[in-house]
Amino acid sequence: MSILVYIENVEGELKKSAYETLSYGKALGDMTGEEVTALSIGNVSGEQLEKVGKYGVKKVIEVNTKDLSHFLNQAYASVISEVAKNLHTNTVVLANSFSGKGLAPRVAAKLSAALADGAISLPEISGAAWTIKKAVFSNKAIATEELHEQKKVIAITPNSLEAKVSPVEVTVEKYEPQVLPADLSTIIKDIVRATDKISLPEADIVVSAGRGMKGPENWAMIEELAQVLGAATACSKPVSDAGWRPHEEHVGQTGLAVTPNLYIAIGISGAIQHLAGVSASKTIVVINKDPEAPFFKVADYGIVGDAFEVIPQLIEAIKAYKNN
Amino acid sequence: MKILVCLSNVPDTTSKITFTDNNTSFNSAGVQYIINPYDEIALSRAVELAAEAQGTVTVIHVGESSSDATIRKALAVGADDAVRIDSVARDAWFVANQIAHYAKAHAFDLILTGRESIDYNGAQVQGFLGELLEIPSISIAKKLDINSMEASVEREIEGGKEVMIVSLPIVVGTAEGVAEPKIPNMRGIMTARTKSLQVLDPIAVPVLSKITHYDTPAPRGEVKLIDKANVEQLVQLLHSEAKVI
Ligand SMILES: Cc1cc2nc3c(=O)[nH]c(=O)nc-3n(C[C@H](O)[C@H](O)[C@H](O)COP(=O)(O)OP(=O)(O)OC[C@H]3O[C@@H](n4cnc5c(N)ncnc54)[C@H](O)[C@@H]3O)c2cc1C
Ligand SMILES: Nc1ncnc2c1ncn2[C@@H]1O[C@H](COP(=O)(O)O)[C@@H](O)[C@H]1O
Repeated sequence: MSILVYIENVEGELKKSAYETLSYGKALGDMTGEEVTALSIGNVSGEQLEKVGKYGVKKVIEVNTKDLSHFLNQAYASVISEVAKNLHTNTVVLANSFSGKGLAPRVAAKLSAALADGAISLPEISGAAWTIKKAVFSNKAIATEELHEQKKVIAITPNSLEAKVSPVEVTVEKYEPQVLPADLSTIIKDIVRATDKISLPEADIVVSAGRGMKGPENWAMIEELAQVLGAATACSKPVSDAGWRPHEEHVGQTGLAVTPNLYIAIGISGAIQHLAGVSASKTIVVINKDPEAPFFKVADYGIVGDAFEVIPQLIEAIKAYKNN
Repeated sequence: MKILVCLSNVPDTTSKITFTDNNTSFNSAGVQYIINPYDEIALSRAVELAAEAQGTVTVIHVGESSSDATIRKALAVGADDAVRIDSVARDAWFVANQIAHYAKAHAFDLILTGRESIDYNGAQVQGFLGELLEIPSISIAKKLDINSMEASVEREIEGGKEVMIVSLPIVVGTAEGVAEPKIPNMRGIMTARTKSLQVLDPIAVPVLSKITHYDTPAPRGEVKLIDKANVEQLVQLLHSEAKVI
């Protein structure tokens, strides 16, 4: 019996979510006494794979066949379940990222496993019964879910569990899976990546702005604030609806749900649908000229003031702090 | 072209979320239900695609008769007919099995779901359907076009997007960008009453998981207000107190 951790890469690089899943797998292995193995699919360098050891996992299976150099959820799900079967895996751990959401249900169905999607905790184990927590109703509640199957797939919410360092030696083992042509029927024609930007779902810090910014021409200061903080940028729904910002930046109930360590909301009123996607952030800062804005009720820190005056000063203050 | 749109019936986005029976079940008293916003996008795109290709749109919902108003709304928006699997939507695995069972018998070219439902936020049904029907599934589509029997889908990926070409049949989970939600017009509302809403019995599906308890997140403490003339203090607090920078 074993635990299999699927580690996601973006253009050959392991991302934060991979470290979080490894750390989760390691902690789970410590609880159950099972062996933990990581699985990487795609063209990931040996140097990258060495990093697996940093989070306490001793073995990586590397699948790097030509057909699988790009993420195809059907094919990747087949490989993950094939490896899981070979290793007599009881529990598969992966990230509930954009790709993870496409993979997790397919892997669970292939293994006839119970799926815990969007997990935000390690399981509580008492005998055969496992319970696990996840956010539901767009972060307005937390559900405790009981998993009834011996086989489980756990998809963990990015940013909700810290990656803990506990270094060990790693061995990398290559594996050639049997990929069926039917799994490869999807053709990827084009990939567009905003390489210079920090990815919003993974960001530690998010600088977000709303209709209070008046127009797209005023986003330079938002971008600058994000840049000095090493943050990703986000926006409220009306802002992306109006085409001031791309749809990918829209956070909230009908946009992306994010859980950064720091969420800075500028000129956003704090409508319930907006809060649904951001209220699980660890620290919230609100900058709004209206002291009655509902966002202040869920904020940790607030500045009542005009963004056009406050933001330039804040940029300077952060620069001064970073230079110290 | 035959299109199936999966509809989830969810609490209105402004609903207060509370629980009953010792926090073991959702309290639906006084809650207004709506079509899941992402499913509204799926439905709108389906109606557009069907108009282009002289196709048909069937909507399917797993739920009880209390959802019929939501289903009628989908018919008013432009779906041709509706199917309701008469059962509590126990979980995503149960729902996906019901839909797959129906879809297998009716050979749809395109099956649309929302990227996720805004109540349980599982984003599971779409992948389960792909697996159960043994066809490709694409999650988080930002654009969807059909050219004869081939789909071109723009998919959101970590830090970017991807354009994929795939032959039908497929399952696609739609997100913002795919279409603007349509508002039913008077004619739509009138004709919706005459369209078919078929009610079918569920098939048996094993229980793999179950929600046993709900908690509401702990409220945050009082906000600490910082004077706008003193933004350095905010930076200090974020560093020394919140420890986030
Ligand atoms: C079904 C549904 C789903 C929705 N989903 C989402 C969602 O996912 N995400 C989302 O964000 N919204 C969503 N909404 C919309 C939501 O209800 C609000 O309308 C929206 O969040 C408001 O955006 P805003 O705060 O940017 O704009 P507004 O509400 O217009 O607020 C602008 C704020 O800026 C402040 N301001 C103005 N000028 C300045 C200045 N110079 N300096 C500082 N502050 C200033 C104002 O005081 C005000 O508080 C949804 C709505 C519905 C019905
Ligand atoms: N009870 C239901 N009946 C029909 N379709 C559903 C139901 N629940 C969810 N779906 C579909 O599955 C999608 C994803 O739901 P979920 O996996 O619950 O996040 C929704 O956007 C709907 O399209």
